[in-house]
Amino acid sequence: MNKRFGKNDLIFLGIILVLGIGLFVIFRMQDRPIGEKIVIEQDGKTYGTYSLLENQSISVKDEEGNVTNMVVIEEGVAHMEEASCPDHLCMEQKSISKDKETIVCLPNKVTVTVIGGESGDLDAVAN
Amino acid sequence: MRNKTAYLGIFLALSMILSYVESLIPFTIGIPGVKLGLANLVVVIMIFGMGTKEAFGVSVLRIVLTGFLFGNGFSILYSLSGGILSFLGMALLKKTGWFRCVTVSTAGGVLHNIGQLIIAALVVSNFYIFYYIPVLLIAGVITGFVNGIVSQEIILRIGKRLPKGGK
Repeated sequence: MNKRFGKNDLIFLGIILVLGIGLFVIFRMQDRPIGEKIVIEQDGKTYGTYSLLENQSISVKDEEGNVTNMVVIEEGVAHMEEASCPDHLCMEQKSISKDKETIVCLPNKVTVTVIGGESGDLDAVAN
Repeated sequence: MRNKTAYLGIFLALSMILSYVESLIPFTIGIPGVKLGLANLVVVIMIFGMGTKEAFGVSVLRIVLTGFLFGNGFSILYSLSGGILSFLGMALLKKTGWFRCVTVSTAGGVLHNIGQLIIAALVVSNFYIFYYIPVLLIAGVITGFVNGIVSQEIILRIGKRLPKGGK
């Protein structure tokens, strides 16, 4: 392996970069409307739906009644305030308010997804 | 033979330490699944320096052992899915012989992120998180690329000394 970069490498890297940037631009261009509600799912099942318009604090509990996550809605934006997971990655994810944005707490299997207005039912929910 | 086992042990320990160091560095950009992938350095070096089988063994062992030490069953699952997908991709690319180290590592980085995202989506049954694929792609490219450059420089310098294994 004497040379560092071959022609094939540049082509491959170029394609990946174009793909990545292309997808990025496409996603960004989709004017995502500000959502009206969030749906919190726990272990794949809906835990509850809450309006983004009301400031509130939601405690997500597991079967034994222990609070595993706390989601706070404030000024139309939701974020993970507290979580019992060891890594707290969910608490570092940025606040969400736009349609289809999500916050995920993998260890506790809790997800928070923004959904649209009246007609904003989820397009697809995996069971 | 003794020499090879020693190298395997060192690489395994190295990748576990890199994994640990990575967990100490606060590298969150608000998007789930973005990681530095430092342990991938070892995998890439081994794929090019020692052999695919050895690299695979060390890679899987590292994930399982680190999982036992610092994580839980699920973290092993997530890491494994990203790690195996990433490894398969890298091994395949290397096998074609068309690509150099940096490209293979970049592909590995991207595949690792995608693999983890897929498993995460399946576990929590929420497919809206695929909304973050473009960010993960780009993050994977960047981290894989930087890892690739580091691996490459290392291989260029010590590659000859490593005991070769099987493909």
